[in-house]
Amino acid sequence: MTAVGLPMTRRLDARGIRRALFVVLFGAIVLTWLIFHDQMTLPHDDDYPLFKSLNSVRDWANDNRSILEPIRTGLGAIVSFFNDLIASLGWPGVIGLAGGLAMLFSGLRLTILVAAGFASLGVLGLWDPAMETLALMLASVVIAIVIGLPLGILAGRSDRATAFLSPILDVMQIMPTLAYLVPVTALFFIGAAPAAVATLIYALPPAVRITSLGIRGVPGTSVEAARSLGSTDRQVLSKVQIPLAMRAIGLGINQTIMLALSMVVITGLIGAPGLGRNLTIALSKVNVGQAFEAGLAIVILAIIMDRLTYAASEWLDPRTRRLRRGGRWISIGAPLAILGAGLIAPAFVNATQFPDAIQVSLEDAVNAMAEWITDTFSPITIAIKDVITAVVLNPLEAVLTSAPWWLVITFGALVAWYVSGRRPAIVAAICLAIIVLLGVWNHAMVTLANVLVATLLCLVIGVAVGVQTARHDRLKATLRPILDLAQTMPAFVYLIPALALFQPTRFTAIVAAIIFAIPPVIRLVDIGIRSVPATVVEAARASGATDRQLLWKVQLPMSMRALLLAANQGIVMVLSMVVIGALVGAGALGYDVITGFAQGEDFGKGLAAGIAIVLLGIMLDRITQGAGSRRRAATARAG
Amino acid sequence: MRHVRLGRWFAGMAVVVLVVTGCAKSSGATEAPATASAATGGGGAASSQPSTGPAASQGVAKATCQGSGDKGDVKMMINQWVGAEANVAVAQCLLQQMGYKVETSTLAEQPAWQGFDTGEVDVILENWGHPDLEKHYIADTKLATDAGPNGVTGIIGWYVPGWMIDKYPDLADWHNLNKYADMFKTSESGDKGQFLGSDPTFVQYDEALITNLGLNYKDVFSGSEAATIKAFQAADKNKTPLIGYFYDPQWLQNEIKLVQIKLPPYTPGCDKDLKKVACDYPPYILNKIVRTKWLDSAGAAGTFIKNFKWGNKDQNEVADLITNKKMSDEDAAKQWIDEHPDVWQAWMPSS
Repeated sequence: MTAVGLPMTRRLDARGIRRALFVVLFGAIVLTWLIFHDQMTLPHDDDYPLFKSLNSVRDWANDNRSILEPIRTGLGAIVSFFNDLIASLGWPGVIGLAGGLAMLFSGLRLTILVAAGFASLGVLGLWDPAMETLALMLASVVIAIVIGLPLGILAGRSDRATAFLSPILDVMQIMPTLAYLVPVTALFFIGAAPAAVATLIYALPPAVRITSLGIRGVPGTSVEAARSLGSTDRQVLSKVQIPLAMRAIGLGINQTIMLALSMVVITGLIGAPGLGRNLTIALSKVNVGQAFEAGLAIVILAIIMDRLTYAASEWLDPRTRRLRRGGRWISIGAPLAILGAGLIAPAFVNATQFPDAIQVSLEDAVNAMAEWITDTFSPITIAIKDVITAVVLNPLEAVLTSAPWWLVITFGALVAWYVSGRRPAIVAAICLAIIVLLGVWNHAMVTLANVLVATLLCLVIGVAVGVQTARHDRLKATLRPILDLAQTMPAFVYLIPALALFQPTRFTAIVAAIIFAIPPVIRLVDIGIRSVPATVVEAARASGATDRQLLWKVQLPMSMRALLLAANQGIVMVLSMVVIGALVGAGALGYDVITGFAQGEDFGKGLAAGIAIVLLGIMLDRITQGAGSRRRAATARAG
Repeated sequence: MRHVRLGRWFAGMAVVVLVVTGCAKSSGATEAPATASAATGGGGAASSQPSTGPAASQGVAKATCQGSGDKGDVKMMINQWVGAEANVAVAQCLLQQMGYKVETSTLAEQPAWQGFDTGEVDVILENWGHPDLEKHYIADTKLATDAGPNGVTGIIGWYVPGWMIDKYPDLADWHNLNKYADMFKTSESGDKGQFLGSDPTFVQYDEALITNLGLNYKDVFSGSEAATIKAFQAADKNKTPLIGYFYDPQWLQNEIKLVQIKLPPYTPGCDKDLKKVACDYPPYILNKIVRTKWLDSAGAAGTFIKNFKWGNKDQNEVADLITNKKMSDEDAAKQWIDEHPDVWQAWMPSS
């Protein structure tokens, strides 16, 4: 609010100087490009020597694998423990257990939702694979909690631990999953154990991060109060910090479960049983309907687990402890009754196999609908693809690939400096320089062009939609399930219709990335616009601002931080789709990763490309994050 | 407050106790019918494979895929293409008839070979030449053994949808490709014609071919088999021009008409230097790979796998039933087994 206040004049001067400097340097870079373009461009070379030496990493792993054998068997045992548990419960037992927990944590509504959700897995005819996926996910999540919570608590209490863990967690999250599936299979072979490891790598970070945030979020006054009453460090942790952080910890586990579910799909590629296997098979038959059913089962599992863990974290939070109507005995008795019913049911029905009679198939209906959509819209969508490719994507790619590598590094550093500051500029320069050394420069530039265009489109659409949902509650409510679906539905499902609409092209990959990345962007824009104080909006209206002025002069500028966060989230999520996008024609780094996964002699190239994607991610993340904190700092100083 | 917390603990404990007792009880209950029917063995618990339970469709076909399941285990790998699924469906059905218990897993090619090391894979029924893996697993470590050709010949080539040849008959010869280059332009190929390469991991040297034959085309990868199939389906349906890398056996060959373009014929050695190559792809004799230790103790199943040999037509037939007729693997296998006893009876061990 104070950003336009009078005390800012001096700062504005500094900013003006910076802007002038930026414009001058930008001009210089454009000139240099005009002179030097198509020189020193580092074309792609498949036989770059580093790729060969990276191959030796795999050979080393092959030779020393036996050390990891105990871990492998241990993980296998945990997964099969959950498999056995679920198998022995039978389908009525699983429904009874989940329903009982839902009753205990929340109430009848959730119980019905959970029971109906599980039953629908059976109705879809996917009970067995869904339970295999559930077992794999539970095993990974349990391990993630055992490792993640202590780390999170440590990071919550020590800045040094945070500084140490944070970059590692970054890498774990941005590294494309296919890039580490290869090393993981090299170390742990195929099957359930490596799937658990891969899932763990992907799903652990939020458990650590959110727990640490929760511990840090415990009010200092509570901690002080406990200390002044003579509590030891340990007592403060166990009696104050952990209980008060319970809700955050619950949220962390919730996020871990969601990520684990999205990962178990990809682990189908390395022989993990479950819905991932159904999806890979459906993809090889180009059968949208079949893929949709498996995807829907994953979405249903995700919804159940999401609501259950959310209810559990509320139930565990001492601050929201609610006394339920009917008192303690009903709140305990009802869950037990539901569980009991589930456990007794096997006496009356066949618990091992879900009844065939009540199964339905959506396959044909979905296939028919997908065909209608592609037949009707593909002329339009192909035209859109052609225009955007010709006007935005091709020129950007041409500039990035034709510029000398040192010029791109300079330009990257300049932009980072202008938007976010000195440290992000250094980070950007280092990241780009390492990409040069990795020997994947040309492909990295093509991928960068794709990622930038995808993020840009994502932001344009996201802001347009987010502004509307912030204005209309009903639109927001209608959109919510669609956004949830877009985020949880495995990309494999919508790749095939996307192919039919846009042909196998770079743009198809961009579309897939947008579908995946847009939900958080819309949500963040919505939150940002809604959190502009009503008084400010009123004041603007009172002084005669039109809707459009209100949006451009008040709401968007005031939610700039939310917008930057949206950009940041958008970029990170778009990057995580680079490899999936390669399946529909994205090319460049994504192909290198896929080839490395499939062909032994290309392992090194795939690994180098995987690292390059991480580096691009770190660079773009730091630039957008830095922009956020610079604004924060500026407002803080000004205010 | 304290009471509430106690109640919560009590509830938690009660849930645990109930689950444990429930497990014990219901696992006892599930074991009884499993042992009684002695169907596919193993019981429900540890096996991850949805077993071929009481077949509802037994009336449809004469063949069954049931057996005693007590002769031993066979772990078969299904590569991620439907042809491989067809191989395994038929072999699995017959092996089960013989009394073996068959477990299958679906894997990418590269990780699949690692299963020979761990014992998680006994049989790969269709191997498309992986010299590096063959060297490591067969020649160096002797973990795997070549079990001979599976009878299928892999044909790789350049294909166009059938309607294009009807309309432009001379397109079938590569000499005329430049004449039509403009027709194949897309957003990805700039001012050249687009040649649709396939999955970047497949064996291919189209880029070198295009250069060495002096063609005005650009090799653009589709990214995956699914993407290529979708592109050919669209080109067939909407009559849009498309030329690209494809192969046989593949179920799409039964669904739409694809015509192979005549390239300079393959002669042994013409593909030796991939930078100078200017000839068609060689025919691939696809072979079976088995785990050596398994083969040593597998008995009749080992002989069966070694004998397993059919043709492109057979495989496409089963793959077509699975993909386009939407049959389950088992039903498709049964139908083929009913119709072609002459083929599969030769695989059965003579004893």
